[in-house]
Amino acid sequence: MGETFSYYPGCTSHSTAIEYIEASLAVIAALGIELKELPDWCCCGAASAHNLSGALALGLSAFNVAEAQKSGADLVIPCAGCYGNLAQADYTMRNDENERQRLEKEFDFTYDKKIKMLSLVDLLAREELRPAIRELVKKPLKNLKVVCYYGCAIVRPGAVTGVDDSENPLRIDSLMADLGAEVIDWSCKVDCCGGDLGLTDAEKTTELVNKIVDYAVAAEADCLVTSCALCQANVDIRQQRLPILYFSELMAEAFQIGQRQSWWKKHFNDPSRLF
Amino acid sequence: MSENFLQKVMAASGQPLNLCYQCRKCSVGCPMVDEFDFPPNMVMRMVQLGMKDELLKSKAIWMCVSCETCGSRCPNEIRIAPVMDSLRAQCLKEGVTPADEVTVALHTSFVDSIKTFGRVHEATMLMKYKLKSKKYTSDLDVGLKLFLKGKIPIMPKKSKNVAKVKEIFKNAGF
Repeated sequence: MGETFSYYPGCTSHSTAIEYIEASLAVIAALGIELKELPDWCCCGAASAHNLSGALALGLSAFNVAEAQKSGADLVIPCAGCYGNLAQADYTMRNDENERQRLEKEFDFTYDKKIKMLSLVDLLAREELRPAIRELVKKPLKNLKVVCYYGCAIVRPGAVTGVDDSENPLRIDSLMADLGAEVIDWSCKVDCCGGDLGLTDAEKTTELVNKIVDYAVAAEADCLVTSCALCQANVDIRQQRLPILYFSELMAEAFQIGQRQSWWKKHFNDPSRLF
Repeated sequence: MSENFLQKVMAASGQPLNLCYQCRKCSVGCPMVDEFDFPPNMVMRMVQLGMKDELLKSKAIWMCVSCETCGSRCPNEIRIAPVMDSLRAQCLKEGVTPADEVTVALHTSFVDSIKTFGRVHEATMLMKYKLKSKKYTSDLDVGLKLFLKGKIPIMPKKSKNVAKVKEIFKNAGF
């Protein structure tokens, strides 16, 4: 394809979401897309900065948007939480004149509205990529029943994410169908897994996760597919009934590329029996 | 007094809180509402009525996980998550004891880690959180399993521009 994008890895890229990043990078390379990592990127503030100070959260994320603008290419942000924060900072600079001026001064740049913030779903579930993806499928995911779980950050709020079907998103569903999987419609696509509550309140997180997994099991799914590292961690860690996979891991499985056996070992619920 | 509080929260959050007419759609869809002392629709009304003390001491402001379900369904396009953010910030700024100190311990440990490394280092962040929250034994099994799966690196990966990150903290008043 010959496309080039800037790339924001996020802190979980070398910790809790290693398998997500390895799978995503393998799939992106197979599609002939080039990513250039922002050299100076810093943490976006995750779920914590905004809880303590709006100014800190906006500052950390806006710095990365300013860095991306220097690169001149649209920014790919695989982590859903990072994507939500950077997209919010970009939205604020686009729409709030006072904040934009303050941040332009702080980071010594002129915001030009030219680059876009892209989640990994924005990048890989584009209509124009569908023929290339179908062509790369070596082993269709036949007989694999999946439910697609979008969570919060890549979907809401629609004004920031640009998603216009926030109650029933379909992009990962279409992608999974292109891989040959049997996609099951279900009720918890955009329910919250508890987010950062996973670190402070195991009991409540387990309650939220159990509801999601109850519905997935009732829909007779073999696995749940997500694009969010926090969703994956919470739903994988807090139950023992269902494997929880990243959508890019399933793309790599269908393409038969990457170190898949090492990724499956990173999961709490081993998905290897599915393949 | 009450009007001042409403105006202040509206300015800090950028949200048109005065438009809330109590349809309660926010509270119906809230995944955390069972943990709130005041459901989201009541929080909106309390801001309108200027019930600052009750709100800053409430558990509700710390239990919101910013899933944005309420905001995306509000007929008046009020995003409640940024409203909760502004109430939390005000609680801390005014020295009110937060109703949920464990959550505050997590978030302060997390941003401390960002300030030190420019990025989060999970191992030291979690240790600090455990010390601050005094939740020494919770989820040790989960932590050990994550470590054995290579998901909690021992060595931090620093940002190349930690000095700039420290400057961002300073400019934000941290």
